[in-house]
Amino acid sequence: MQPNVNVVSLVSIGRHPQSGRARRAEQDGRAVELGLKLVQDKLTLLHAGNAHETVLRQYAGMGLDGFTVLPQGEGDDAVPVLVAYFKANRQHHSRQIVLTGVNAESGESSGMLPYLLAEQLGWPIVPRIADIVRVDEFEAEVLLALPRGQRRVVTVSLPFIASVDSAAQEPRQSAFARGLRATLTTLDYGSRVDDAVSHWQVAPAKPKPKRLKVVKAKTAADRMKAATAKPVGGGGKVLRNESVEEQAQAIFDLLLEEKVIR
Amino acid sequence: MMLDWLPPTLIGVLLVLAGVGAIRRINLWRAGQAEEVAILAGLMAMPTRYLHDLHHVVDRDKYISRTHVATGGGFVLAMALIVLVHVFGVNNTLLAWALMAALVMMFCGALFVFKRRLNPPSRLSKGPWMRLPKSLLTFSVTFFVLTLPAAGILPDGTGRWVFTLVLSALILLSLSEVLLGMTWGGPMKHAFAGALHLAFHRRSERFGGGRSTGLKPVLFSDNDAVNKVHGVAKPSDFKWNQLLGFDACVQCGRCEAVCPAFAAGQPLNPKKLIQDMVVGFAGGSDAQYAGSPYPDGKGGVQEVGYAKGGADQIITDGLIHPDTLWSCTTCRACVEECPMMIEHVDAIVDMRRFLTLEKGDTPNKGAQVLENIIATDNPNGHSPESRTYWAADQNLALMKDVKKAEVLFWVSDGAFDMRSQRILRAFVTLLKAAKVDVAILGDEERDSGDVARRLGDDATFQSLAKRNLATLSQYRFSTLVTTDPHAFHCLKNEYGDFGSTALDGVEVLHHTTFLNRLVKEGRLRLDTFKGGKVTYHDPCYLGRYNGEYEAPRELLASLGIDIAEMERSAFRSRCCGGGGGAPITDIPGERRIADMRMEDVVSTGAEMVAVGCQQCTAMLEGVVEPRPVVKDIAEILVGQLVEEVH
Repeated sequence: MQPNVNVVSLVSIGRHPQSGRARRAEQDGRAVELGLKLVQDKLTLLHAGNAHETVLRQYAGMGLDGFTVLPQGEGDDAVPVLVAYFKANRQHHSRQIVLTGVNAESGESSGMLPYLLAEQLGWPIVPRIADIVRVDEFEAEVLLALPRGQRRVVTVSLPFIASVDSAAQEPRQSAFARGLRATLTTLDYGSRVDDAVSHWQVAPAKPKPKRLKVVKAKTAADRMKAATAKPVGGGGKVLRNESVEEQAQAIFDLLLEEKVIR
Repeated sequence: MMLDWLPPTLIGVLLVLAGVGAIRRINLWRAGQAEEVAILAGLMAMPTRYLHDLHHVVDRDKYISRTHVATGGGFVLAMALIVLVHVFGVNNTLLAWALMAALVMMFCGALFVFKRRLNPPSRLSKGPWMRLPKSLLTFSVTFFVLTLPAAGILPDGTGRWVFTLVLSALILLSLSEVLLGMTWGGPMKHAFAGALHLAFHRRSERFGGGRSTGLKPVLFSDNDAVNKVHGVAKPSDFKWNQLLGFDACVQCGRCEAVCPAFAAGQPLNPKKLIQDMVVGFAGGSDAQYAGSPYPDGKGGVQEVGYAKGGADQIITDGLIHPDTLWSCTTCRACVEECPMMIEHVDAIVDMRRFLTLEKGDTPNKGAQVLENIIATDNPNGHSPESRTYWAADQNLALMKDVKKAEVLFWVSDGAFDMRSQRILRAFVTLLKAAKVDVAILGDEERDSGDVARRLGDDATFQSLAKRNLATLSQYRFSTLVTTDPHAFHCLKNEYGDFGSTALDGVEVLHHTTFLNRLVKEGRLRLDTFKGGKVTYHDPCYLGRYNGEYEAPRELLASLGIDIAEMERSAFRSRCCGGGGGAPITDIPGERRIADMRMEDVVSTGAEMVAVGCQQCTAMLEGVVEPRPVVKDIAEILVGQLVEEVH
């Protein structure tokens, strides 16, 4: 059953790490994927920025008939206009879920946007989620992504903002023609130049020099071994001559220690 | 009681019914999309296309070509004369004798059809096809007897009424097969649809020794098209002459016999695919299909009878499974073998376009590869700035600096792959030894778009093609050479659709062709090859797509190599499994295509297999050892290069 909530996926323009070209951002794509899973094509795809950016159609190509853009100029602050949008929208939808990526791949990439939005709207923020397990009229059961593949279920009351972690379901393929046909709705909620940013100086980051790894191997097989060998040392031990019982006990202890079994 | 009126009336009625069937059939084809065809010119050219091009393909199997000439020729002649003699009642002994001669010829042919059907090979369809030789024999015997009085051998009126009744029954039986079956969907349909298919073929350039292998572009810029579905979703999305082409299939199964995916147990059988297309536009289910089914990829077969389709139903929604479409390596072996000149690969890519462009459903690594190509212009997502790293020590001129060169070396995505780089280096060494004025595009080069196009993403292909053409148009060169047959095919046959003059007057060559010229001009000094036995594997995109079978063989011969040819070589070469994005979509089968090809190599006893394609090299080298060595021809040549000492 489809829950009667308004799910908004907030997307940004990504940047490919190798080519620097605009692309569908990894985490924002996951936010759209999660939105599609919850409400299928009833998802609202929202972007504050340039309405003519073709990358937006890559998001829409995931299965949406249209998308909404709050037009912004270069260097404008996205937060106030988004706040205005959600405040205006609140009259129609009291039950909203806003999904974003953890941080953008271009621009400031501070990851602050969901927090600032939540603060100004007075909504709870759920950072780094992996999934939304259940949604009803008033609350949602959300799966937080913790390190080392751990998950924690929390219950949040609607409306809320969640940032989607890279642990979430990866975004489906974008269908070019579907994106091409998607209708663009632009809504004007004004714009405000981000004064702070205009004073900043931006320079490309320099990669830190890395120590060269001297390859001693003579043959390809040796190189392969060197490249795939696990780091020696650290935890763990090799039990080769111990009895089966001792070996089993060691495994059992480890599982207890790692809290796999209790 | 006189029943003399009965046979002519029967023939007349059946002829009219066949005409009605023909109109019905034509209307089925008309459900397809409009396509400009030279109707009159096509009809005029049809006999030549039939007698020359089609017969040329049929003639690869002498037994059936002779059988077909006798049966088909006899039948056409007999049918024309039957209309004259028996329907219009032309009373001419000479005509009657001619008719009887035609029937005897047909009878002899039909005997051989019958003989082949006694123990038919698995590629042939059974079912109604098993009945056909009997119908043909009945036809020839019946009309032979019926014509005896007209020829003056038997006196008129010999026929007692019982005799006439029996003859009429036989006429009804045999004419139902050969006349009604032609237009109402029996085995003889191939004659009617096939003749029209030859006349209105979508690639008329193929006839008269021509070649037409480049895919047709999807129209995006057209504003009306933006709200239309891209690619083929339903049978009615095919062009009308494609539908006609499907109907021309004789179910001889030659495609099935050569299909590498079918042999590997992947869920594809080109013959069944074409029959499913017929089921699609004619409506109904595949229950009537009596040939080999699709393998299921696990060693068994998919059961026949459950596939349902209609002209306006989504094909991949109940008619065929998408895996069937993704199993194809686009090697064109089926198209090359098809005596009816059906274009299987066009149809498959058309349907893939729908899956990729409209549904966003490219299997396995497909989506990721396409995303990489879009974002970085290469399938593995490498930085575009690292494209020329391989040539750091090659001292190659960049087009950006020199602006013009005699030869532009199109490096292709092999630049990112360490194995392919060995081929690239070998080729550069040869170019330098021959003192060729050569330059490369360096980081300005992009993926040729081959993989994107075969995976159905024509948008990305077109974007790459246009950007590549824009780059190429800035520089002057008379020859473009590449070591990658896939890039070669795109540049030579598919970039022409985008209105650029960048390649006008430029000769696009594969490196084997180019090297062969250098050797013939005496610009390369080569030693005799003293290794063991060598065989040569024809890459599909060089051979079947571009007809280059000779240059690689001449090159090897110039090293004194006597090629131990594989059973399937030249136009019959078996695919390595690396084309059409097949390694990316990776549809499971029982065997790997590359393994089967390596078995072909091993059976020649060769110690080395020469290849002219980096994809083939990668696929064949992926076969577990021990196996023959795999080397590109450029690498073999470099080994024998006599360096001049100063």
